[in-house]
Amino acid sequence: MNIYVLVKRTFDTEERIVVSGGKIQEDGAEFIINPYDEYAIEEAIQVRDAHGGEVTVLTMGGEEAEKQLRTALAMGADKAVLINVEDDIDELDQFTSAQILADYLKDKNPDLILAGNVAIDGGSGQVGPRVADLLDINYVTTITKLEINGTQVSIVRDVEGDSEVIETSLPLLVTAQQGLNEPRYPSLPGIMKAKKKPLDEVELDDLDIDEDDVVAKTETIDIYLPPKKEAGRVLEGDISAQVTELVQLLRTEAKVI
Amino acid sequence: MTKKVIVLGEAREGVLRNVSFEAIAAAKKISGGGEVVAILLGDSVQALGNEMIHYGADRVVTVEHPHLKTYTSDGYSQAFMAVVENEKPDAVVFGHTALGKDLSPKVASKLQSGLISDVTDIEGEGDGAVFIRPIFSGKAFEKVKIKEGIVFVTVRPNNIEPLAHDDSRSGDVSSVSVDITNLRTIIKEVVRKSTEGVDLSEAKVIVAGGRGVKSEDGFEPLKELADLLGGAVGASRGACDADYCDYSLQIGQTGKVVTPDLYIAAGISGAIQHLAGMSNSKIIVAINKDPEANIFKVADYGIVGDLFEVIPMLTEEFKKMKSN
Ligand SMILES: Cc1cc2nc3c(=O)[nH]c(=O)nc-3n(C[C@H](O)[C@H](O)[C@H](O)COP(=O)(O)OP(=O)(O)OC[C@H]3O[C@@H](n4cnc5c(N)ncnc54)[C@H](O)[C@@H]3O)c2cc1C
Ligand SMILES: Cc1cc2nc3c(=O)[nH]c(=O)nc-3n(C[C@H](O)[C@H](O)[C@H](O)COP(=O)(O)OP(=O)(O)OC[C@H]3O[C@@H](n4cnc5c(N)ncnc54)[C@H](O)[C@@H]3O)c2cc1C
Repeated sequence: MNIYVLVKRTFDTEERIVVSGGKIQEDGAEFIINPYDEYAIEEAIQVRDAHGGEVTVLTMGGEEAEKQLRTALAMGADKAVLINVEDDIDELDQFTSAQILADYLKDKNPDLILAGNVAIDGGSGQVGPRVADLLDINYVTTITKLEINGTQVSIVRDVEGDSEVIETSLPLLVTAQQGLNEPRYPSLPGIMKAKKKPLDEVELDDLDIDEDDVVAKTETIDIYLPPKKEAGRVLEGDISAQVTELVQLLRTEAKVI
Repeated sequence: MTKKVIVLGEAREGVLRNVSFEAIAAAKKISGGGEVVAILLGDSVQALGNEMIHYGADRVVTVEHPHLKTYTSDGYSQAFMAVVENEKPDAVVFGHTALGKDLSPKVASKLQSGLISDVTDIEGEGDGAVFIRPIFSGKAFEKVKIKEGIVFVTVRPNNIEPLAHDDSRSGDVSSVSVDITNLRTIIKEVVRKSTEGVDLSEAKVIVAGGRGVKSEDGFEPLKELADLLGGAVGASRGACDADYCDYSLQIGQTGKVVTPDLYIAAGISGAIQHLAGMSNSKIIVAINKDPEANIFKVADYGIVGDLFEVIPMLTEEFKKMKSN
């Protein structure tokens, strides 16, 4: 089976976020594989181990994303591809990101593409379904279970806490929800092996894409931190006095009750 | 220039979700005085049309088909695109619900348009509209506008104030028939786990429990408080993973994103993935026995203490308040 995983290098949002001049400061920040993409990589490895084939992890981004791709290879992916757009584009949105990824994939004949359901930084959840539509293949989002039998696919999908049991077929794109699996940590031998696995780099010139296709449709005009909340009030005194005070505050100060 | 805006309404078990009315309010702003047309898709939705008009839509178009009874991206996109071809809108608004999240990127792809997802506020009107959305798990916000093409946004439930219900408003409710073919996804079964009563994403008050609740029974006092306040019970991933409650109650990045007026977090530590789902709440109350717990950093009011002592006392205190 020919399996692709869309992997995004993301800002680790557990870290402190610094904004200046309407931009997120990246200096010294931690970057990770988007956590939902880790579920996608793990699932891809399990599908390959059960059905044979090859797992290719694909990222669009800059040079630094090689680190996340190596981690995916160390987990057990077979090959990695970096579409390096660093020198060609400064403004990207979900429309253009999907155009570029889909253009790369269009002659690769993937049977199965896995993505994360959402990137924890950009947070739109658009790229997976957009890529599927551009490739004219079916997609199922927020999956928590995947079973493949020949070209038949059974899926359990999380829909705001309800579950849908779905039948569909390959070729298919799915997006991973938490609960799909427990992603493995790269093992030491895995890390050693990953160094020798192929990591290809392509640039926009290598793709068959018009400049118009990569003009963003949206524009971020400002980024800012939420207004600093006044330090929350931790109440004091004995518990029953605190409870009485809390109800008073909710009523008269916060006016939510 | 005024815009013609299409809003996709969404019904659950035959009742329109509030986010549909919030989407109409968003559409009004984007239209800058232009026409707002609501679309309803389903197997039997004609009767819901007037409600969309009472909340501010100028006109309603429905598509009814047996294949639209349950949502599939193929079925809904075919129906939606058929209406778009007739109407030629300048802008489109969906709710940022499970359905909206799944369908909007596909429709945007077909329209070759940008899409601004998960909008919590709109500044300005018409051509000048600027959209605000949380990024970085809710730790920051961005202001985005559409540079070119159709304006397409999804709005986060419970953030944009709906217009006042006005049952004297009237408008045309027409239906279009669309051929729906080649569904590649078959839904065998829907296992409903969502509890009866108040929809979490639309609740005004949420009492949420975490691993500190310690058992299924431990949720009882939370439920009692939520009922008294006309609210809903929510939970952290920790509580769901420990089997104290069902995953349908989960709040956070993986679960539901909520914006109630009052969020009471009991026995929840406040991990970033949980905060991503509730930090926009108007007022946050934290009850935790660990004074260092991260949840206190986002709380407006905190009580350091044992939730099994505090929650029942709170319930009693609210009862007293109500009887006065
Ligand atoms: C060089 C560069 C320049 C950029 N410039 C801008 C800018 O000017 N303004 C701006 O607002 N944003 C900019 N971005 C961010 C970019 O627009 C978004 O990261 C991208 O559109 C994905 O959107 P999202 O974060 O909402 O992901 P989502 O749609 O939430 O991601 C869902 C899933 O799609 C897949 N995916 C997403 N992105 C990628 C990727 N890059 N490679 C492989 N798989 C992916 C992953 O599986 C992910 O889990 C830039 C990004 C890059 C790399
Ligand atoms: C990709 C990913 C996605 C995730 N998505 C989500 C999500 O959507 N939602 C989510 O919630 N989590 C999510 N998580 C998990 C998250 O990281 C935390 O593990 C989880 O939120 C912890 O739940 P908790 O606060 O209930 O448990 P804990 O962190 O164990 O906290 C329990 C708290 O209860 C307090 N406590 C104990 N006993 C009492 C008592 N008697 N009275 C008062 N306080 C008491 C303790 O002091 C402690 O602070 C996600 C994680 C990942 C990696």
